[in-house]
Amino acid sequence: MIRTRDQLNFSIRALLRQRFRTLMQLIAMSIGVLAVVLLTGLGEGARQYVLGEFSVLGKDILIMLPGRKETSGGMPPMTGEGTRDITLQDAQSLLRLPEVERIAPLVVGNAEISRGARSRETLVLGTNNAFFDIRHIQLARGQILPDLPLDQPSPVCVIGTTLKQELFAAEPALGQWVGIDTYRCRVIGILADTGTGLGMNMSEALIMPVASSMQLFNTEGVFRVMIDVRSAMGMGVLSRQIEDIMRERHDGQLDVTLITPDSLLKAFDSILSVLTFAIAGIGAISLFVAGVLIMNMTLITVSQRTAEIGLLKALGASSREVRQLFVTEAVMLSLFGALLGTLLAEILLWLVRMQYPEIPFAAPLWATAAAGAIAVGCGFLFSWIPASRAAHMAPVTALQHQNGK
Amino acid sequence: MKAAGINPAADALIRVQGVNKTFLLGDEPVHALNNIGLSIQAGEYLSVMGPSGSGKSTLLNMLGLLDVPDNGQYWLNGADTVPMSEEQRAVYRRSHIGFVFQSYHLIPRLSASENIELPLILAGIAPAERKRRLAPVIERLGLGSRAGHLPNQLSGGQRQRVAIGRAIIMKPRLLLADEPTGNLDSQSGAEVVQLLEELNADGITLIVVTHDADLGRRASRRIRMVDGVIVSDDRTSSSDAQSRTDQSDAP
Ligand SMILES: Nc1ncnc2c1ncn2[C@@H]1O[C@H](COP(=O)(O)OP(=O)(O)O)[C@@H](O)[C@H]1O
Ligand SMILES: [Mg+2]
Repeated sequence: MIRTRDQLNFSIRALLRQRFRTLMQLIAMSIGVLAVVLLTGLGEGARQYVLGEFSVLGKDILIMLPGRKETSGGMPPMTGEGTRDITLQDAQSLLRLPEVERIAPLVVGNAEISRGARSRETLVLGTNNAFFDIRHIQLARGQILPDLPLDQPSPVCVIGTTLKQELFAAEPALGQWVGIDTYRCRVIGILADTGTGLGMNMSEALIMPVASSMQLFNTEGVFRVMIDVRSAMGMGVLSRQIEDIMRERHDGQLDVTLITPDSLLKAFDSILSVLTFAIAGIGAISLFVAGVLIMNMTLITVSQRTAEIGLLKALGASSREVRQLFVTEAVMLSLFGALLGTLLAEILLWLVRMQYPEIPFAAPLWATAAAGAIAVGCGFLFSWIPASRAAHMAPVTALQHQNGK
Repeated sequence: MKAAGINPAADALIRVQGVNKTFLLGDEPVHALNNIGLSIQAGEYLSVMGPSGSGKSTLLNMLGLLDVPDNGQYWLNGADTVPMSEEQRAVYRRSHIGFVFQSYHLIPRLSASENIELPLILAGIAPAERKRRLAPVIERLGLGSRAGHLPNQLSGGQRQRVAIGRAIIMKPRLLLADEPTGNLDSQSGAEVVQLLEELNADGITLIVVTHDADLGRRASRRIRMVDGVIVSDDRTSSSDAQSRTDQSDAP
């Protein structure tokens, strides 16, 4: 029985001998593996990014928005077109429920922020003290909005870092006044650089008390109410209790929608998982194609090396050994191809990460492992057939092959 | 003469009885071996001659277990080979039989010494032991400095000597050569023949298929085939064989 090391040595030399063929197969295999690893890396990165965005909210949060949409299956609505506004009193009334710990109403709009000669159109959020805690918003300097009754306006605001930079450059901002359209407010805090969340770029935002923002935008209704719940258990029961209160307050009509970040998350997650799998599937197909290529190449090799097969048999190699030699060659090739493809994919993912540092583009281990396994599996399976054919050739027939040439 | 073949000595290395082999050439059956009977003692030197297509190679392949007869019996070294499985035959080929082909059949990517080493590798012999066995063979073949060369860097005569080295590295009892000088000029051919005959003198059983009447005459036993039938089987007495050896040394 031929020794494993000798067999590997024999196969490597055969591969080196047929450089062109070896290179083609190596490229085919590595492209297949590259496709799987790279595509799943991108898909998975996007998924992680979206999940990360939602996780900012925390699990024990309910969001109430105006308007009624059926939420069964599919995505809950992102924008409400309510028949009736959710007022601050509505929001306040939810605090009656013992399970509701805090609420944060949210009013959103755009306004022209100015300081001296500088001005800029930007996002204005009207909310309360609790919002900072619920959204885990950190301050770089100063303080958050004061703990006021919801309906009490106050000329103070907290601004994001980019906005601060644009309005004040290097000058201190705390205690300074800024204009918001026709309004004025004093800067009492500056946000830490937390980047984006839920599609809002907080670093460019201005946050002010909700009552003030409602005056500014001349509105009676809020855009959202965030409800911080004491425990994530019994979310369903609580939702119904909230709906009861709202129905009662809105003349028996249920015209609000309650969503949990969890349900949103699940919806997004399942969509993105399907996407990742679909992408992985495309990669797997290219791997399969690479496998078929290996089969063809092995077939060619086998016929090119028929005389060698005959010789090996004449020298006493058994059918099994002959088959093993060819299978080893193919498996080695796909293994190298898989390694090469994985390496290239990781390098590309690294480059993409350099370009978009906020998105965690990385291939999950299962994808890399599966790609490698499929590559080696294809190499094995697809070389087995022609190799068996070679192995079962009668020694004379195989030997005469070259004589005939 | 045929009777001598069918009536084998008990200790014969090769004993063939009633062997037939038919090929289909298109629709036409060709009787390549026709009721062959043959008995060969260990250490004999046989030449097989005959016109092209008379079945010489078929006979040699059958004796070398590269091919199986349609029917009949073939004992090699006391073992009945016809019922053997292909795997069993492989083991026999490896340990008992050495082949030398007209077209060398060297593996082009392996050096001369690696080609010679190949049967040892296939037999799973450890590298140290392989080296130990390889050295005297390379020396005997007179390849010395050329041992590391690839086949395409060697002359025909050198290639055939490499092939002979590969055939004898496993110390087989039987050496089969199918037109070993067919592709060589007379000078290299003579060297190859001399090497084969030296091996025979050391005890290996040598069967040479050849077109070359001069080469054929050198063997102590000469078989002639026509249309798959052994038509003559001549032996030279040992004294004649001796004089033959003297002649070859003379020029
Ligand atoms: N594999 C084969 N298939 C068909 N016919 C064959 C095969 N091998 C040999 N033959 C035929 O058998 C006959 C004997 O061939 P062979 O033993 O090679 O003759 P020789 O070696 O004496 O020239 C020839 O007619 C040849 O055509
Ligand atoms: Mg022939």
